[in-house]
Amino acid sequence: MTNPVMPHADTAIQLEHVSRQYTMGEATIRAVDDVSLSIARNEFLALLGSSGSGKSTLLNLIAGLDRPTSGSILAQGQKLAELTSLELARYRCNTIGMIFQSFNLLPRMTLEENIELPLRLAEVEREERPGRVREALERVRLTHRLGHRPMQLSGGEQQRVAIARALVNRPKILLADEPTGNLDSATGEAILSLLREVQQQLGMTIVMVTHERPLAERYADRLAIMGDGKLLSASDTVKEAAQ
Amino acid sequence: MKPRDLADLAFRNLREAILRNTLTTLGVAVGVASLVAISSIGVGLQDLASKRLSQSGLFDTIVVTPKNTFRGMGRPQREAPSDKPARILDDDARKEIEKLPNVIEVYPQVRFFTEVRFNNKPFATVVAGMPDSSRNSGSFDGMQGNFFSSLTANEAILQIEFAKDLSEKPASLIGQDLALRYAERQALPANDNSSNTAGESSGGFSVVPKELQLKIVGIVETEPAAGYGGYGNARLLMPLATASTLRAAQVNDLRDIVRDNAANKTTYPSLSVRAKSPSQVEALETSIKAMGFAAFSLLDASKSLRTFFSVFDALLGIFGSLALAVATLGIVNTLVMAILERRREIGVLKALGAADSDIQQLFFVEAGVMGLFGGFLGVFFGWLLGRAITFGTNVYLKRQNLNPIELSSVPWWLVIAAIAVAIVVSLAAGLYPASRAAKLNPVDALRYE
Repeated sequence: MTNPVMPHADTAIQLEHVSRQYTMGEATIRAVDDVSLSIARNEFLALLGSSGSGKSTLLNLIAGLDRPTSGSILAQGQKLAELTSLELARYRCNTIGMIFQSFNLLPRMTLEENIELPLRLAEVEREERPGRVREALERVRLTHRLGHRPMQLSGGEQQRVAIARALVNRPKILLADEPTGNLDSATGEAILSLLREVQQQLGMTIVMVTHERPLAERYADRLAIMGDGKLLSASDTVKEAAQ
Repeated sequence: MKPRDLADLAFRNLREAILRNTLTTLGVAVGVASLVAISSIGVGLQDLASKRLSQSGLFDTIVVTPKNTFRGMGRPQREAPSDKPARILDDDARKEIEKLPNVIEVYPQVRFFTEVRFNNKPFATVVAGMPDSSRNSGSFDGMQGNFFSSLTANEAILQIEFAKDLSEKPASLIGQDLALRYAERQALPANDNSSNTAGESSGGFSVVPKELQLKIVGIVETEPAAGYGGYGNARLLMPLATASTLRAAQVNDLRDIVRDNAANKTTYPSLSVRAKSPSQVEALETSIKAMGFAAFSLLDASKSLRTFFSVFDALLGIFGSLALAVATLGIVNTLVMAILERRREIGVLKALGAADSDIQQLFFVEAGVMGLFGGFLGVFFGWLLGRAITFGTNVYLKRQNLNPIELSSVPWWLVIAAIAVAIVVSLAAGLYPASRAAKLNPVDALRYE
């Protein structure tokens, strides 16, 4: 089922007939197939689906890490198809924050250095950086571990550092790719609780890919379900989806 | 990314694989060292040759002879026939040449066959007068004893082979006296019955045997080249002024009689004219020829020598660069390995907002840093290697009873050029890895385990 929605002033992300195909030998794989979806500002959307349903591919397209084969993506007023490679990098740096299932912290750097990395890429002045790093760490309640390396932290702590890194450039959109996938249920719940808290404090749009429906129902505003690259359903509210 | 952040990240990355990157940097250093060592020997040899040749006066000296001289032993006369009358090379001519621009000094070549008596034994030899400027010519470097104490001293410096003829222990000769027996030219009174008109004729001259006591002050290894127009090797050297006052009969005297030259007028078989620099030799040579003399210089030979050394240096540079070429492959290998190892990291950086150019520059800086450090280390190792080769050579020369030489020379331009070459070559080596890293698909890179 596809639901084309007209762009609205309150729309953070607008996908229109977005497709992403891969060619493997003679076969063409439609990882994302004609998806249209509108995500409002300050909304927490959970993208559900089984493995290989295309949800991570869709997230990468929204992140500007990949380009759609057809269709258009409008994010925070920017048409991603019209951006050059350099402009896409700037978009990822300034508009998007990303967290991953495997945290993707750079193991050789301390927490402080990991969190500072997006600030370096955004060319934020050096004097301003320590304050920004501390502020991000305060949000995830990890200020006491500043000089530690990722391997010295638990999985939950590493994900909190990853969230701090994603927040440090004050993005408008936070994209989370299975953020609880490598965590036990209690820690996963704590992370989602933190994400929800941060979203409400900062007024961000969150798109989270997950296959843990109960957690998604508890924390997300809305669920979108994908299967075989298609958007199967996109409820208006979580309640509606539950019904 | 800002340059400082880029450098921070590059240094951090290099530190992380410290062993591999140090080995790669050492590879560059060895390449640069071989280039520097070989080039330094090329430069050293060139310096050595140029110094010796310029000190010898070969390239800033013009030998002036009267035209139609029988000297030259069949050497082709290079100058075109001129309608200028042949002139006599006398004191007037000498003064005239001295007044020409860019002339430092004009001195006669005083060389004559004679007999030396030492311990009542006769020894035949050629005596040469040395101008005072030969003191700094380098020919007397490393001599035993001292140079002449004054311009007019009755002193002699012996060539080592001649000294060995005189004594089995040549060094013991210093401070001893020897007797120089020579034929002095004395003018005869003019013959009134001569058919020649006054002023043009002479009564000729007589040759009177004379003797002069000379104190031996030094012994020199080789015969200093006092110009290049001499007759055979002079083995006894004395101050030019002293030699000139002897009025010893020389080979041109007979010719002077034939030409009716005034017997009491000093004439020279040849004069050596020193120019301020080799670049002024050509113009000076032309002026002297225009005065009606024959002139000859080795400027053409100097040009050939410079060409030879340019080709020689280029060849040495090519051989020296081979090791650097191998080191370049080492950099490519190291950086390609780094891409494989840091694939996921590159993906993360791109996800966080790094542009392709940021990744490319990061790898470039890493290659450049390896080149910079390799360059500095290489220059130091190369200098050290050059010193070691010089030391080894001098040990060998000492055993052969030869004077030590400065075989290697590392001038500033070589230091700067070697470091610049190391950086440029390293950056060139970083081109492919940097481009490959920049083009990595971030989605694939993030999936990489």
